[in-house]
Amino acid sequence: MTALLQADDVHVAYGRIEAVRGVSLSLQAGQIVTVIGPNGAGKTTLLAALMGLLPARGRIAYDGADLAGLDVEARVERGLCLVPERRELFTEMSVADNLVLGAYAHRRDRAGLRARLDEVYGLFPRLAERRGQSAGTLSGGERQMLALGRALMGRPRLLLLDEPSLGLAPLIVREIFRIITGLRATGVSILLVEQNARAALESADYGYVLETGQIGLHGPAGALLGDPRLSALYLGGETG
Amino acid sequence: MTAELALLLAQDGVANGAIYVLAALGIVLVFLVTRVVFVPFGDLIAYASLTLAALQEGRRPGIVWLVLLLAGLALLFELAGRQRKWGRALLAYGVLPCLPVAAAFLLAGRALPPLVEMALTIGLILPIAPLLYRIAFRPIADASVLVLLIVAVVLHFAISGIALMVFGPEGARPRLLTTASFEIGGLFFPGQMLLMLAASALATLLLALFFGFTLSGKALRATAVNRVGARLVGIRPGAAGATAFLLASALAAASGILIGPVTTLFYDSGFVIGLKAFVGAIIGGLVSYPGAVLGALFVGLLESFTAFWNSALKEVVVFAVLVPVLILRSALQRHGAEEEPEEDGL
Repeated sequence: MTALLQADDVHVAYGRIEAVRGVSLSLQAGQIVTVIGPNGAGKTTLLAALMGLLPARGRIAYDGADLAGLDVEARVERGLCLVPERRELFTEMSVADNLVLGAYAHRRDRAGLRARLDEVYGLFPRLAERRGQSAGTLSGGERQMLALGRALMGRPRLLLLDEPSLGLAPLIVREIFRIITGLRATGVSILLVEQNARAALESADYGYVLETGQIGLHGPAGALLGDPRLSALYLGGETG
Repeated sequence: MTAELALLLAQDGVANGAIYVLAALGIVLVFLVTRVVFVPFGDLIAYASLTLAALQEGRRPGIVWLVLLLAGLALLFELAGRQRKWGRALLAYGVLPCLPVAAAFLLAGRALPPLVEMALTIGLILPIAPLLYRIAFRPIADASVLVLLIVAVVLHFAISGIALMVFGPEGARPRLLTTASFEIGGLFFPGQMLLMLAASALATLLLALFFGFTLSGKALRATAVNRVGARLVGIRPGAAGATAFLLASALAAASGILIGPVTTLFYDSGFVIGLKAFVGAIIGGLVSYPGAVLGALFVGLLESFTAFWNSALKEVVVFAVLVPVLILRSALQRHGAEEEPEEDGL
């Protein structure tokens, strides 16, 4: 079985400073894989490179094909969707317009748009209530839901999530993670980047630990959770 | 000043303002989508007017050479790049711009119905802004607003030089589109003035519908609001930019056709028209379409009233009004900026 996403020896540099140094990772279709690590480890940079937002060295294969030479938009058309840490919403536009634009890559399929919109509203009833409201007036949790919903409108096969829990209240974090794990049942694979290591590992199948641009530990999520080295590194102070 | 005189000046000001509205909308549209202050916008207005006049006089308009030159350059850029879609490049930059040029070569010199002359004029102006975008702005799309502005100024001078060569130094004035006139409530309305007002209102309405209800329009707005977000849903900034410049070309062509018959324009007179429209756009904040409409109307009225009191000062006053407007705007903005750190501290 070939992996849906296979990254080999990926390097990303800002000028002369390498933020990601030789990262290799693999994700099978239907899996949730998480990349955890402290602030500044290069997690966001890695996702940006996978998405084509930053130039990278090394080989990135998606669905068996090399992604080199494909720009961001071409990757979106192939079902690779990123929910960035900064959400990057169209703040001056309505919630409904944000969602409709999420399906821009599939704009010729008018009939599918309606059904997809209903699905996303079903998943996030809050967005349905606020469909006419401008995205800039939403709360932090609602913005995250809208960012997720907008990405889902693009019919992703692989969803790249950057810190979906960042800056959100614990109750909303739990709700977001419930939805993320629920997505797996709909056939979406997920690469989840998180600082919140425990919550990420609890929902993932496999985990990688990124530290100063390199993968240290990796293994099945359950094993990583119990790994004393990881506890010492990241989970030591946390009480869950 | 009597009320009647004030009404007359207001009428004149709104008519001028209508042209500035079209131009200001084009300038704001291009700025929002691509961050380019499109200085040559006014030049296109003059070229449209000169082209229409040439067609009416049975001459082949000089604009064909400018279009051919720009199309050739753009095609060269496409082929030199790592483009694999050569067929599409050839169609967009080789074939499409040459269609109106071919039509101009075939039809120039014959007596044409006015509508055909206007359609041909629009057809010849349409490719110019998108071609300029492809040649000058797309390769440096991520540059700062200042660099883009400098390039736009350079572009203005470069195409002004070419325009002098292809149009010559003589001014031209196309025939009035209509010689009908109407009297409403004691005020005398020339048909041309009503056409200017109607075209301006129609363009504003069409743009509002385009941005509010079509996916392409929403995609342009999305690119303006958040470039990264737009890319992440699959909207190509290059395509959005080309669309914005195409719309700008259409607005410039319409402005030129409408304003030409009421003022003699020379190859270089578009610049000041564009600059006044830009002033209107800035008064409106440069980021808002309704603001641009109101700002442009204000500039038209201001110009008309100052021209009555002291015609030598009309330009001075229009540009000088920028100073208090900008001071007011920056005062309001500083107020907003002061609040932000407080939020961060919480």
